[in-house]
Amino acid sequence: MTLFLENARVIDPEAGEIREANVILDNGLIAAIGDASAPMDARIIDCGGKYLAPGIVDIGVKIGEPGERHRESFRSAGLAAAAGGVTTIIARPDTVPAIDTPEVLEFVTRRALESSPVRIRHMAALTKGRAGREMTEIGFLLDAGAVAFTDGDHVVTDTKVLSRALTYARSLGALVIGHPQDPGLSAGAAVTSGKFASLMGLPGVHPMAERIGLDRDLGLIEMTGARYHADQITTARSLPTLQRAKANGLPVTAGVSIHHLTLNELDVGDYRSFFKLSPPLRSEEDRLAVVAAVAEGLIDVISSMHTPADEESKRLPFEEAQAGAVALETFLPAMMRLYHAGALSLPDLFRAASLNPARLLGLPQGRMEEGAPADLVLFDPDAPFLLDRFTLRSKSRNTPFDGQRMEGRVQATFVAGRQVFGQEG
Amino acid sequence: MSFRARHLLGIQHLAPDEIRSVLDLAERYVDLNRRTVKQSDALAGMTQINMFFENSTRTQASFELAGKRLGADVMNMAVAQSSVKKGETLIDTALTLNAMHPDLLVVRHGSSGAVNLLAEKVNCAVLNAGDGRHEHPTQALLDALTIRRAKGRIQRLTVAICGDIAHSRVARSNLILLGKMENRIRLIAPPTLMPSGVDEFGAEVFDDMKAGLEGADVVMMLRLQRERMDGGFIPSEREYFHRYGLDAEKLAHAKPDAIVMHPGPMNRGVEIDGTLADDINRSVIQDQVEMGVAVRMACMDLLARNLRAERGAKAAGDIYV
Repeated sequence: MTLFLENARVIDPEAGEIREANVILDNGLIAAIGDASAPMDARIIDCGGKYLAPGIVDIGVKIGEPGERHRESFRSAGLAAAAGGVTTIIARPDTVPAIDTPEVLEFVTRRALESSPVRIRHMAALTKGRAGREMTEIGFLLDAGAVAFTDGDHVVTDTKVLSRALTYARSLGALVIGHPQDPGLSAGAAVTSGKFASLMGLPGVHPMAERIGLDRDLGLIEMTGARYHADQITTARSLPTLQRAKANGLPVTAGVSIHHLTLNELDVGDYRSFFKLSPPLRSEEDRLAVVAAVAEGLIDVISSMHTPADEESKRLPFEEAQAGAVALETFLPAMMRLYHAGALSLPDLFRAASLNPARLLGLPQGRMEEGAPADLVLFDPDAPFLLDRFTLRSKSRNTPFDGQRMEGRVQATFVAGRQVFGQEG
Repeated sequence: MSFRARHLLGIQHLAPDEIRSVLDLAERYVDLNRRTVKQSDALAGMTQINMFFENSTRTQASFELAGKRLGADVMNMAVAQSSVKKGETLIDTALTLNAMHPDLLVVRHGSSGAVNLLAEKVNCAVLNAGDGRHEHPTQALLDALTIRRAKGRIQRLTVAICGDIAHSRVARSNLILLGKMENRIRLIAPPTLMPSGVDEFGAEVFDDMKAGLEGADVVMMLRLQRERMDGGFIPSEREYFHRYGLDAEKLAHAKPDAIVMHPGPMNRGVEIDGTLADDINRSVIQDQVEMGVAVRMACMDLLARNLRAERGAKAAGDIYV
């Protein structure tokens, strides 16, 4: 069916501009953007002057399939994603078992296709069982559709193993995603070290652990020439290192989670375990530095780092509670905090959340142009609401935004030219 | 008497006038405890449950005695950390206990914040008897009472806290209390046992003990856990004693009338010289134990008053509505 989206403010992250236009979606693609009138048989949707942007491509979503479906299934994650403006989920391989063979990858690919209203692509583990000892069948996994390789927050500590995996990945042009964090310094840490950690009596990790991890990884990238993406750069200390690597022409990009852009360590407050993240929330100075880095384009990608955790694993003393937060459904509302704060423009936000991740993974999404996939999100950046976590579509409700005022809401989400989400009323 | 708190989770939540209220009431209990008949009916008919997820003979005994002298029914739950492997059991245990309608719950737990978590789940008053590295409020209050009795005041003193600051809830609660009461605080520790960012709390930080003790009115020593002595944080026990153990020579840098404190149990010859610990002219360590019972009686009495007032208000509301 042909869709005619009229009277929209269209965000083009590539051109960095917003213009008023009508958009025609046909055959799963964007057929026209401009002042065209509605085709004969088209379903007409009046956008009412609201904003239309390329849907978010979210690198690093944890889904509990296989192994932990009670926490999140492809279905629940897909519904949450559609409601949060995410049209392509890039799923993490830190499942049980890990996605480390083409067989498991084929299984999850099929399951995802059957169940999810949004697109789901998969990353595969870099080493077998994410154990950091032997590399996975990177070639077969690429053939089976893996878009990137990562052991997630299991840092490969053996640099020999990592350098070989990187060398091998390079020969195939595979993208490797690292989690820069020195495992020694960060062992046992629940928060970022400093005044707050000391006051709360919680074990902290120095922000330097991130830079040490990044320095090490970049050394290996210089050595092997593999394509590398740092999943989360969250501290000011890491930024000069990243900048130098890019200036030297290393094939390096970096991301940051939406939570690290919108929250700081003090939000943990009275031991609220929903604010326990990995890496932990940082100081306000770090947060501001990282927001500025996204604005400059030094940090390329904003992601959700969606990590569903059930109540039992969060209702624990802070140190023992599991790290991670759900973020798919609050992705766009949380991004709007940065917009309303004047920190990032709408085109900048969608450059980092939609265009850059798609480019990085070689996907055609993330663009607002004729011929691009019709994966779009229609939203009102000013619509206020109070977040009640029990209304979330995720099976797990561990959001740090519970009870908070949010401004900015998804009104409709389109994937391949079909509407997959619509706000009632 | 001003004491508004529903729970005693930490010094952090107390205002200076609330701290003074506890100390003033505790003075009265010190007198009571020195009589032959040490009975009050402040907690008569109330139930106090002690839950120590970490073993502690001294603190548990102190709380038990305090409750019994106030006329409460006191029960000690034997909850060793091993039997409660997961915190979900912590919440379950809390809910189970809550159903038995206790009035006061005294909790010690190995994780920072665990007592706060538990307090959210129960209807009674919760007293933190030490949570992880976070707070140990009754220890700081009993230290304050000991200092006030020895020095005649709890303001404008120079207090040196020395030892394993990083892992010490006693240090944290004392740091907060002494800060609220406007004292000058010195923290003395090897850098590996000094938490980061403490200089921002308004304390002066020293790694040279003699410099840190210079002119101090009060010297508070902390216990060094055995497991920290074997090369992980400090090279050895003997090197620690040499550099950070309190002996007469180092104490000479403090004021001539400086008092020596220790929360116990002491490692004689590790953090404190045995002879010094026993010197009744300098050491107030035994006074601290005595003040402990009185301070805990005062805290429980005040919490029970608030609990009664709250329940009374509720009951009155029920009648008129």
